[in-house]
Amino acid sequence: MTNKQDFNRISPVLWELPTSFRQDMRVPVRIFASERLLEATLGDRSVVQAVNASTLPGVVGHVTVMPDVHQGYGFPIGGVAATRLSDGVISPGGIGYDINCGVRMLATSIRHEEIKPHLGDLAAALNAHCPSGVGVKGKLRLSGKQLDAVLRKGSKWTLEQGYATPEDVARTEENGSMQGADPSFLSPRAKERGRPQLGSLGAGNHFIELEIVEEIYHAEAAEAMGLQVGNVVLQIHCGSRGLGHQVCSDYVRELQGAVQRYGIQLPDRELVCAPLDSPEGKRYFGAMAAAANYAFANRQVLTHHARQAFEQALAGKVRNWDLHLVYDVAHNIGKFEEHQIDDKRVKVCVHRKGATRAFGPGFEGLPPEYRKLGQPVLVPGSMGTHSWVLLGTEQSMRQSFGSCAHGAGRVMSRSKAKRSIRGDKLFQEMQAEGIKVHAGSMPGLAEEAPQAYKDVDAVVQVVAEAGIARKVARVRPIAVIKG
Amino acid sequence: MFQTARCTNQIVGPQYAPDIGYTASMSMPPYEEIEHTADLALRVRGRDLAELLRHAAEGMLDLSEAQPKPGETRSVHLDLHAPDDEQLLVMWLEELLYGMEMREVTYRDFEIQVLNGNRLVANMQELPLGSLAMHIKAVTFHDLRIIPTQEGLEATIVFDI
Repeated sequence: MTNKQDFNRISPVLWELPTSFRQDMRVPVRIFASERLLEATLGDRSVVQAVNASTLPGVVGHVTVMPDVHQGYGFPIGGVAATRLSDGVISPGGIGYDINCGVRMLATSIRHEEIKPHLGDLAAALNAHCPSGVGVKGKLRLSGKQLDAVLRKGSKWTLEQGYATPEDVARTEENGSMQGADPSFLSPRAKERGRPQLGSLGAGNHFIELEIVEEIYHAEAAEAMGLQVGNVVLQIHCGSRGLGHQVCSDYVRELQGAVQRYGIQLPDRELVCAPLDSPEGKRYFGAMAAAANYAFANRQVLTHHARQAFEQALAGKVRNWDLHLVYDVAHNIGKFEEHQIDDKRVKVCVHRKGATRAFGPGFEGLPPEYRKLGQPVLVPGSMGTHSWVLLGTEQSMRQSFGSCAHGAGRVMSRSKAKRSIRGDKLFQEMQAEGIKVHAGSMPGLAEEAPQAYKDVDAVVQVVAEAGIARKVARVRPIAVIKG
Repeated sequence: MFQTARCTNQIVGPQYAPDIGYTASMSMPPYEEIEHTADLALRVRGRDLAELLRHAAEGMLDLSEAQPKPGETRSVHLDLHAPDDEQLLVMWLEELLYGMEMREVTYRDFEIQVLNGNRLVANMQELPLGSLAMHIKAVTFHDLRIIPTQEGLEATIVFDI
């Protein structure tokens, strides 16, 4: 375990664990945190896992740890590591099982007072239209050919099929379609799991949330995003479902042999990896990119279902029930990017596990309305608490491989949360606060209680103070749908 | 990988009935949940590898609170090979998770043999799944080591949820 004394304090919100901390570290570990959040981080194995990530062959710069970090497996959740294309590796455990788990926000022009009389109907309609829960299936039934098209094209497939608008696609990271996706690198079992689940939310911490914009911090950006104080927004958080889980499981198992073949020494078998230019590394990247495309399409089909729910519940009752995508971001993904390292531009594979891309102004991959401002970053809070809309910055490109926090970050285990918090009581408390709740189970609700998470406002304060993101808007929930 | 034989059986209440007490010759429980901030961790013990694999399956089903519902029960047979014991453990549990998600079943009455080092031969009963409180996405290799103890073998498994 580590102590606070092991770190060098670079700034009030940046701490560095030097390579002298452990012999096998190739680069330092840098943690964005206030003193209080750092102390919370030292309570579990997050830092050890970040140190383990720093031993990957070809890792460059430093392993970056976000203020919402918590213990995971392999990498910590909230960890970012970049490996050089020329001699680095790719690690499925550095991306996670829920490949391209991510979040999107949709803006409306519906005022809070307009929706109040219809909120119960809307929450019920969202719950009915957007399948959620353990092992749940979506409404679509894909043939093998259709699934392969989803895996190759992602959101572009949903556009062809009428589930998306061109604006939706333009406002999705990578335009919702990762290059290099190859469906032939997925096992039959991964495809079998993926076929019935497109357009479903799943369970765990995945959710759909209706929120009200409470405060604007950056008027120009908020206007570009269509955010206005007092208006309703919708957030969707989910990933690649069983298909992504199977891809990761398949390749973590397959690469157990690869590390022996390539003579790679690792402190944890979950970090198994293969050189980026090896046949095994290329196959994993192709499969991971395909699973990422499935996740982009999944969130888009859910968006289509949400639009149907809005129409069903609100047509004729409010002036305009349109939903406009603000942005869609991935927070479990591996990307080929170019970054500045020691005064050189270096091509790297950035592993983001529980971290959001946060590219600064000028990035050509952004739609024109955001290019001058920077990439929108979405940081959902824990259930029933605030969520944030931020912007990526120049500083994030220099300090964190263009990455930012992805949420509040857990501090309490699920079993402890279930022991100490009653789901039915939490349900009543949220209802009393005016938040409509549709949950698959009361114990499941207790696991996601706000007390089990860090304070998202404190997390956002750190990334803003560090300069790796700028605040745009804060929203608060009025209805939660979770599996 | 599964081979099945069918029979009909009406189920009342929890049926896989994991043995969560102490086995006759072990002073420690066959499995116990270990604190993990975000995911689930299970410490599993057995007098030998076959028993450890059985306890791991029972512990995982217990963690997910898998409950059967009345319906057809089938005897199923599973034969798995892996390069080492840890991979065998992960493959075995993944097979069960796959059945739970795709065929909507749960399991009980495990009879497990380990042959020639890393070959698992399992016979068990497969029942229709009634409910599942916890969706386990995957079995990880995080810090996974099957280690010898005075009473047999022990491993700590982290599940992604």
